[in-house]
Amino acid sequence: MLNRLFMPLLVTGGLLFASAPFMIARAPYESTMGLIQKVFYFHVPSAMVMFASAFVCGIASAMFLFGKRRGSDMVAAAAAELTVVFGVIVLVTGPIWARKAWGVWWQWDARLTSSLILWMIFVAYLLLRRFGGYGSEKLAAGVALFGMANVPFVYWSVNVWRTLHPKTTVVPSLGPGMRDAFWWCVVAFVALYVALLAARVRLERGRLSLEELYLALDE
Amino acid sequence: MAFARVAWLIMRKDLTVEARSRDILYTTAFFAASCVLVFAFAFVRDGRALDDAAAGILWIAIAFAGTLGLGRGFERERSNETLRALLLAPAPRPAIYVGKLLSIVALLAAIECVLVPLVSLMFQAPLLRHPVLMLALLASGTVGFAAVGTLFAAMLTGARTRDVLLPVLLYPITIPVIIAGVRGTAALLQVDADLDMARAWIGMLVFFDTVFITLALWTFEPLMTD
Amino acid sequence: MPSGSDFKFVRVADVSRHFGRRRALAHVNAEFHVGEVVGLLGPNGAGKSTLLGLLAMLLTPSLGEIRYGQTTPATAGPDLRRRLGLLAHDLYLYPELTAAENLEFFARLYDVPDASACVARALDRSGLTERAHEAVLGYSRGMRQRLALERTLLHGPRLVLLDEPFTGLDDASVRSLVSRLRELADAGAIVILATHDLDVVSELLDRAILISAGRVVADDRRPADLRGWYRHAVAGGPH
Repeated sequence: MLNRLFMPLLVTGGLLFASAPFMIARAPYESTMGLIQKVFYFHVPSAMVMFASAFVCGIASAMFLFGKRRGSDMVAAAAAELTVVFGVIVLVTGPIWARKAWGVWWQWDARLTSSLILWMIFVAYLLLRRFGGYGSEKLAAGVALFGMANVPFVYWSVNVWRTLHPKTTVVPSLGPGMRDAFWWCVVAFVALYVALLAARVRLERGRLSLEELYLALDE
Repeated sequence: MAFARVAWLIMRKDLTVEARSRDILYTTAFFAASCVLVFAFAFVRDGRALDDAAAGILWIAIAFAGTLGLGRGFERERSNETLRALLLAPAPRPAIYVGKLLSIVALLAAIECVLVPLVSLMFQAPLLRHPVLMLALLASGTVGFAAVGTLFAAMLTGARTRDVLLPVLLYPITIPVIIAGVRGTAALLQVDADLDMARAWIGMLVFFDTVFITLALWTFEPLMTD
Repeated sequence: MPSGSDFKFVRVADVSRHFGRRRALAHVNAEFHVGEVVGLLGPNGAGKSTLLGLLAMLLTPSLGEIRYGQTTPATAGPDLRRRLGLLAHDLYLYPELTAAENLEFFARLYDVPDASACVARALDRSGLTERAHEAVLGYSRGMRQRLALERTLLHGPRLVLLDEPFTGLDDASVRSLVSRLRELADAGAIVILATHDLDVVSELLDRAILISAGRVVADDRRPADLRGWYRHAVAGGPH
């Protein structure tokens, strides 16, 4: 199913991204921050996709652990990689905005810190898959499940931790002109995400077929 | 009840084994103390510690000592393949997890008996001014850390590069525990102790412990079967 | 002993097991019955230990299934495990504990009725009663092997699996082990052992199965000249 969606999604995503700059340029400037605020049109959708991807990975991991279906593992591996990739976008665009807004690259902002922690959990997932040797797919599934269960705790504890210090808002409320550009970008990112997921799952399926062929050699 | 019986049996066995050689207890306790010393050089200036340094140092030392103790404890099982003997038995798998968890918590509790007075002394921090809340904080935090750590250490016994992978996997997931422990301790150490804040953190930790122990019990069997 | 999921035979049905790209066992078929002592023979790395691991339910087959009588591991896991005993190369003993403590622990773990009496009997059989309260750390290989064998048999398993049980044993211990295994089989156990010591087991085995490169190459009743049969089968290839 994912395979058939790949091309249409890639094309849609491509078109959306191509037109996004125009949408973004047309959106009104935010009162206090000027041009740099427009980073948000990429930053927030990336964050949304990153969190969604973390959940996809967690759910696929649970299905793999308890249902033992190879297909679930492929989706989990792909989703974990995409969580890390979109996480990088979040963690790069966030400080770019922060530098202009607060004068420092990193201010331990609650949401950015939570994203960093989630990102690190999934980097750990990838390290385990890569360096854990035989059987690490199952162990990584356990890590993803724990990571996903951890999201509310991370969010809560980091938030409370940060409210002890002066708090600055991260996402200003969106004015009407900005809403269109924002949702346009959200759709673009989701389309891109699903397309990349489809491509990566196909790659993983190919790799597994190769393993099966190696085994079949012995027959 | 078979479950409780098996868990108790395994915990008792682990503690007996440890009591004979005491190598993990002594070395880990000493390691925790050296951590405190090393951190002191970073956080003490002109003979006075930075604010909240004591809270941070206590919990980091617990986390480091915990990781070391976990790694060494499971390494011991691995070298004699005795973990496999436990999996061979008709014992319910989650009971094995609980038994190991209890013994790790016992080890960490013993180490904390050394750490808490040590940190209190070296950083002039009245850690036991509110003993009940402090103990609740230590207990719930230690159990949370150990709950995740025991599962990860057990599942990594067969993996390559397990020594470095344990901290890599464990620390990001136990960050909420560290935050809660440190901030809760700091709240108790304040001149005007913020007891409500400490209680809130203890509440979060108890919730964390419940969720993650349940998750661990649920996933222990599929993760340990090959 | 409670009957529950007791069984009279074990059937390995078209079982394959691979570890990533490495195929450890391929399409293995075999059947084992009560009263038999079966030898798994073959070169190093042939898959004997893997097969024992599968029979002990420590591993699950990648393909195929293993039936214990009418039950499968999926339906009756813990009950079946109560009926198996595995003596592996790593002896599964806690070196810091004494022999008595090791046996007590496993007796209680397996919920053996009247554990203390059982442990005393086991210590007696292995001749370790005098040294029962010393840490296993100080034992010789032979002593540990005897203790490990007792640990394996504490709960009276129906299926007894042994992986290279004769390594490091002196002559007397070897003979005693051989007669013990014969006794077990005659008393109704299924005894399966993987071994290289062809001379030792030539009189003991009721059946010999040769495994090479993950496949069953030969499966014969009581070959008269075990060594000759082995050489012939290894040279000859699959049936």
